[in-house]
Amino acid sequence: MLDRAPAGTSAKDELVRRVRFRGAGFVPASSRFGGWIALALVIAIWQAAGSTGLVNPLFLPAPSAIARAIYQLAISGALWQHLSASLLRIGVGWLLGTAAGVAVGFAIGLSRLARSVGITFISALFPIPKIALLPLLILWLGIGEEPKIATIALGVFFSTAISVYSGVDAVPRNLIRMAQSFNVPFATIVRKVVWPGALPAILAGFRITSSVALLLVVSAEMIGAQYGIGAFVLQAGNLMQTDQLLAGVVILSVFGLMVGRVINWLETRLLHWR
Amino acid sequence: MDLIANHITHRFADLAVLDDVSFTVSAGEVVAIVGPSGCGKSTLLSILGGLLLPTSGAPELRGAPPADSLNPLTFVFQDFALLPWANVEENVEFPLLHTQVSAAQRRALVDDALRRTGLTDFRKAYPKQLSGGMRQRVGISRALAVRPAILLMDEPLSALDSQTRELLMEDFVRLLADGGMGAVYVTHNLEEAARLADRIVVLSRRPGRIREVVSVPMTRAERGEIAAREKLLALQNQIWSLIRNEAIDAEREVQHA
Repeated sequence: MLDRAPAGTSAKDELVRRVRFRGAGFVPASSRFGGWIALALVIAIWQAAGSTGLVNPLFLPAPSAIARAIYQLAISGALWQHLSASLLRIGVGWLLGTAAGVAVGFAIGLSRLARSVGITFISALFPIPKIALLPLLILWLGIGEEPKIATIALGVFFSTAISVYSGVDAVPRNLIRMAQSFNVPFATIVRKVVWPGALPAILAGFRITSSVALLLVVSAEMIGAQYGIGAFVLQAGNLMQTDQLLAGVVILSVFGLMVGRVINWLETRLLHWR
Repeated sequence: MDLIANHITHRFADLAVLDDVSFTVSAGEVVAIVGPSGCGKSTLLSILGGLLLPTSGAPELRGAPPADSLNPLTFVFQDFALLPWANVEENVEFPLLHTQVSAAQRRALVDDALRRTGLTDFRKAYPKQLSGGMRQRVGISRALAVRPAILLMDEPLSALDSQTRELLMEDFVRLLADGGMGAVYVTHNLEEAARLADRIVVLSRRPGRIREVVSVPMTRAERGEIAAREKLLALQNQIWSLIRNEAIDAEREVQHA
């Protein structure tokens, strides 16, 4: 008799109403093609504004003019000349900074002495804008590639060290206790428990350091370089060649996107267990 | 091999947790440790297993472990402590990687442990793909792979639902009968203690002292029979009457903390 109506009322007389859906808790979701459609729309509006003369091309060239500038750069060989110089600086600087940052981050994460010394130095030096050290590095290392690479390496080093020791700290202690309860040696615990446990934070750090490297290479090249995307952008700006300037910016953006894709791929491969 | 708690006392800074706890777990014996919340049960187990240094006293081993034992004192953890990036097989193999056993022996040990826990068909699954009960089976399988003399089990069923708990308890009964292993079984669940233990060490409220040691006068096989239920219930009531008032005090203390 569970469907019996309350005493004194007739079930037939009651109005039946559907319970209103009140929400599922702000679940974050994005449409698959929404971003691309929005991007295409912005470019189309931008192009229309340029083609109809609504916007002065000296201040904002149309996307087609930027595409033409990139094409001309590519066929003249200048694109590769500038891009290869930047890639070399970023590659070497990022690798050096990352190697040192991973080593120091692990030392801080695993050793009490290294933690007390390392965190003090990192806290003191991390907030310094690394580009401010470029003149000093030029004084120390000369005017070649070394100071630019060292600037990038320094910028990458601090962010990497912080993300690595944060990652090591975040490794669940119960997993380390489990390994110790089986008498697993320290080196094996680091290799089989701490390293994979810290990897999500390390890869997240790579995402940040790749942007830091890009930022620093452009800044360093604007201060003192003949070749490189940063030098090219600065030179184009000085000559009011805004289509060339924006071509350089687009190339930087594409490079950043490609690095992001590589990190996505690495995360998919290495963190499939999440 | 016997495991001896020899006058173990422990403090965390100003907080006295354990006070002069002594008992012996003989070879093949299962000893449950029960007591009110916060009485130091898990702390005592960590000390017995060498994961925590006591303030005074010591855990001791008497006699040699079985010749094939690769890790005589082996933990089974409440939260399973599985490597999330390793599949079932790799998790079970993990404690064997640093030992001297050959790759072929290692495979055989892993296969045997997976078979005994019914995980053979799940060997390639990752922890996130498994239910809580299956994850704990992986934890048990990993413990069995190293041929322990004494299992140190820290509330191994408390994170599981009641049906899974019942099924795993049956597994424990079977594994303890098969393997000739001893065990120290920390639990707040008196039914688990009465069902699995040969003796039950009842600890007092913090600082934990041994209040009473209760023997269970039945074999584990007998305890599964319907006729034994009344006796087991009486035993649980006897232990509950020992700790009830202190459990109430402990709960109020936690709420006021």
